[in-house]
Amino acid sequence: MIFPLCFALFVVGLYCALTKRNVIKIVIGLAIMEYAVNLFLVLLGYKKGITLADAQAPIIEPVTNLDDFFMKAVDPLPQALVLTSIVIGLGVTALAIAICIRLYQRYGTFDISEMRRLKG
Amino acid sequence: MGIELIMIIILIFILLGAIIAVEIKDLLSAVISIGVVGFGISIAFLFLQAPDLAIVQIAVETVLLVLLIRATIRRDIKSTHSHINWAGLICVVVLCLGLIGFGYFALQELEFGKPAITRLEEAPSNHYLKQGLTQTGSANIVTSVILDYRAYDTLGEASVLFTAIIGALAILRGIARKKKGGK
Amino acid sequence: MNGMSPIVQTVARFVKVFILLYGIYLTLTGHLTPGGGFAGGVVIASLYILLTLAYGKKFSLKYFPRKLAGSLDSVGALIFLVVAVLGFYFGGIFFANFLQKNYPGAEFSLLSAGTIPINNIAICIKVASSLFLVFIIMAVARIIDKKDGSKDYKQDQEKE
Repeated sequence: MIFPLCFALFVVGLYCALTKRNVIKIVIGLAIMEYAVNLFLVLLGYKKGITLADAQAPIIEPVTNLDDFFMKAVDPLPQALVLTSIVIGLGVTALAIAICIRLYQRYGTFDISEMRRLKG
Repeated sequence: MGIELIMIIILIFILLGAIIAVEIKDLLSAVISIGVVGFGISIAFLFLQAPDLAIVQIAVETVLLVLLIRATIRRDIKSTHSHINWAGLICVVVLCLGLIGFGYFALQELEFGKPAITRLEEAPSNHYLKQGLTQTGSANIVTSVILDYRAYDTLGEASVLFTAIIGALAILRGIARKKKGGK
Repeated sequence: MNGMSPIVQTVARFVKVFILLYGIYLTLTGHLTPGGGFAGGVVIASLYILLTLAYGKKFSLKYFPRKLAGSLDSVGALIFLVVAVLGFYFGGIFFANFLQKNYPGAEFSLLSAGTIPINNIAICIKVASSLFLVFIIMAVARIIDKKDGSKDYKQDQEKE
């Protein structure tokens, strides 16, 4: 049930990017898709225990029992990859917003069909 | 309360925020609703035992909201409704419903809470968890992965960020030169 | 952007030290506790954004000009690369953790983990300056409404 809900979030973003005419709405759709993919990768690495406290973040403290830690710790690899992906997503979204501002300054509107009419 | 119930509640909350952000007419409200999605994802990361990601997500979401509001505020946000392309809309809706059906049946087999490190003994994550502290000296295994074991990934990230920022700079500076030259 | 009301400016004056300290703490203890260069960099960039919004663009550019931001962006990437090449020279592998191999520090102390804290600081500098740069370049372009309803696009005077 959890993975299909996460996939539904991705499809909501895809729908937004495909149907909306507003450029800012398209950027919002891309951001939603990015969030869905990040959440999916982190969900894949979760290790479930019996109770909520049986899963542990992959951070060792001086008091941690190491054998216990290997049993409980969640997968660190998806977290490490998603950590870079979030910051890249911010940079790419900033680039998209810059393109939006540039388009607004050129055409005076955010509507892409309006832009096509003004251009042709 | 199990982790599944918590995750389903958070995901439904995020989905509602995403649908409002997609369907609302006012652009500023849409931008604020995207904040619901981002902060909800941050809470989900906290429950999934990823505190690094939760911190980064909160900070990134704040910066992203400021940038998006900067782009939308005081702009002409009324969009003209000339005519809706019904054929295209129906195609997209059918595509999305098909994708949701596909995802529902395909992802049902995937079991939540059983990552690859429990099934495969030789998975690289097991090596990182067991040897990370002694080999790199870093208590935070996520940091030891991104800055020692897989530092190439971070190098690529740095170059992508560099390229994106240079692209934004070039796009927004181009107007300045053109306007100064006189049109 | 000309700054906001005195309430916002007073609150920003009180919280700016704590935000900066939190960013530095996240960066320096990134190998011991949750956090790291990415989180610290984004927090410090949001501090710059807060100051720009509260006090206006001129105040922010006076203390952190755009050329300095661009240089710091490159300096962060260069430190990262230099550490990688030094690992190649001393350890034999690109990105080898040569400091940890030769001078291992005590576990769970601030000066441990070899090159990881240096890389964290480099990434913090890079992320903070590049995000500040992209915000300030967006703040420069602005729209002025004319009286007859048309819009004029004007670039602020740049001081470099």
